[in-house]
Amino acid sequence: MQLEVDIARKAFTNAAGERLDVLSDFGFALGAGEVGVFVGPSGCGKSTMLKILAGLDHDYQGRVTRPAGARIGMVFQEPRLLPWRSVEANVRLAAPLADEAKLSALFAVLELNAHRSHFPGELSLGLARRVALARAFAVDPDFLILDEPLASLDDALAARLRDQIAILVDSRPVMTLLVTHNVDDAVRLGDRLFLLSPRPARILADLTIRTPRSARGEAEIAAIKADIARRINGDHAERDAS
Amino acid sequence: MLRLLSFTVFLATWWIAALLAGAERLPPPPAVLTAIITEAHSGALFFNLGVTLARVALAFTLAMTLGASIGYLMGRVRLANRLGDPWLILLLNLPALVVIVLAYIWAGLTEVAAIAAIAINKLPTAVVTVREGTRALDAALDEMATVFAIPRWRALRHVILPQLAPYIAAAARSGLSLVWKIVLVAELLGRSNGVGFEIGVAFQLFDIPLLLAYSLSFVAVVLAIEIVLVQPFEIRLSRWRPRAA
Repeated sequence: MQLEVDIARKAFTNAAGERLDVLSDFGFALGAGEVGVFVGPSGCGKSTMLKILAGLDHDYQGRVTRPAGARIGMVFQEPRLLPWRSVEANVRLAAPLADEAKLSALFAVLELNAHRSHFPGELSLGLARRVALARAFAVDPDFLILDEPLASLDDALAARLRDQIAILVDSRPVMTLLVTHNVDDAVRLGDRLFLLSPRPARILADLTIRTPRSARGEAEIAAIKADIARRINGDHAERDAS
Repeated sequence: MLRLLSFTVFLATWWIAALLAGAERLPPPPAVLTAIITEAHSGALFFNLGVTLARVALAFTLAMTLGASIGYLMGRVRLANRLGDPWLILLLNLPALVVIVLAYIWAGLTEVAAIAAIAINKLPTAVVTVREGTRALDAALDEMATVFAIPRWRALRHVILPQLAPYIAAAARSGLSLVWKIVLVAELLGRSNGVGFEIGVAFQLFDIPLLLAYSLSFVAVVLAIEIVLVQPFEIRLSRWRPRAA
């Protein structure tokens, strides 16, 4: 079970008729059970890349090999819940095979039990994000895609949700791709970190963290963060010099 | 309570107008009520109302089903829209009378011709409304359905149709009122029963109480269907909205 990505070029034509390169020479591979994290500046093309990997966008040059028949669970940047279905019905629509025990466990981890019968319009953004997470996990994904699932949440809630994601990811062997611009989230959740350049996005560095998520100490996390900061700023210096 | 008051004002205005205009031109409410009771006793009222209602139901269902399907297709597929658009404009602007007369000429004075003519009159507005709704569909939810591999029919039922529901309700609402209006013309011109036919007879005999008896019974049925069927349906559709308009 492996994901292989080799995108030569992905371009958009904007409303003014100009062609903009979003991705160029973008290649990597990710194995089962690995959590790959993409860290990059806003607007560098991360969401575009995720759309290609999820099979929603076929208009690019290059090749993406997804495991055949892989079930995909995805958390979009916005929750994308159906406003006319309750929380539970939203999850069940995506995961008709999930049984009651499994859903209960999932709702318990994400602290959603009190909100099962609520409609999405009645939820805060943080709650709606958790429902989107529940939906992605309920399908028992082989390939989990998380697009900035913690953006615009307050720090305490983001930290709780991050821990919940870690618990869920560790509870089954699933290939996970997480996109974020928060280095802290990246270091705490990822096994492999891909640092991206500004648009057109390419991979600046591919770091592997060998310590298991739960065993990472604050000192180690700080060290990795410093390393990442050095690499990103080093790149800027290089660009400034050229 | 407010509705009752409104109805009383209507009756009072009618009665006063009848006194001023004279019973020859505008019979007062009791005269019309007598006519209604007579027709009801003979069974003719219910038979004619029933026949008209059956035509409305058939033509409405036909037009809504076809119209919603064509509208969805035209909203989704650019080619279908470009092919269908000239036809749509033609049908939208074709007078109802022309459609009815042509249908009777080509298909004979038959039930099929009547129902087809009514349905064709209603079809283009349904197409236009549902097409607009389809264009307004949320692409983000489509992507969600694709990623989670929700089967096509389930996605149609649970993702697409709820988004189209307000448009379908609007098409049904405006379409129903259009059908109520056209069905009587179709009956007047080419059927030998139904409310439209009876009104035609009353017109020829200059029997104003009979004319009003059928007209008002018909209006009462329309109102009852609005209140008992259409409005609860609309409320049910929008129950997920925090505050329904």
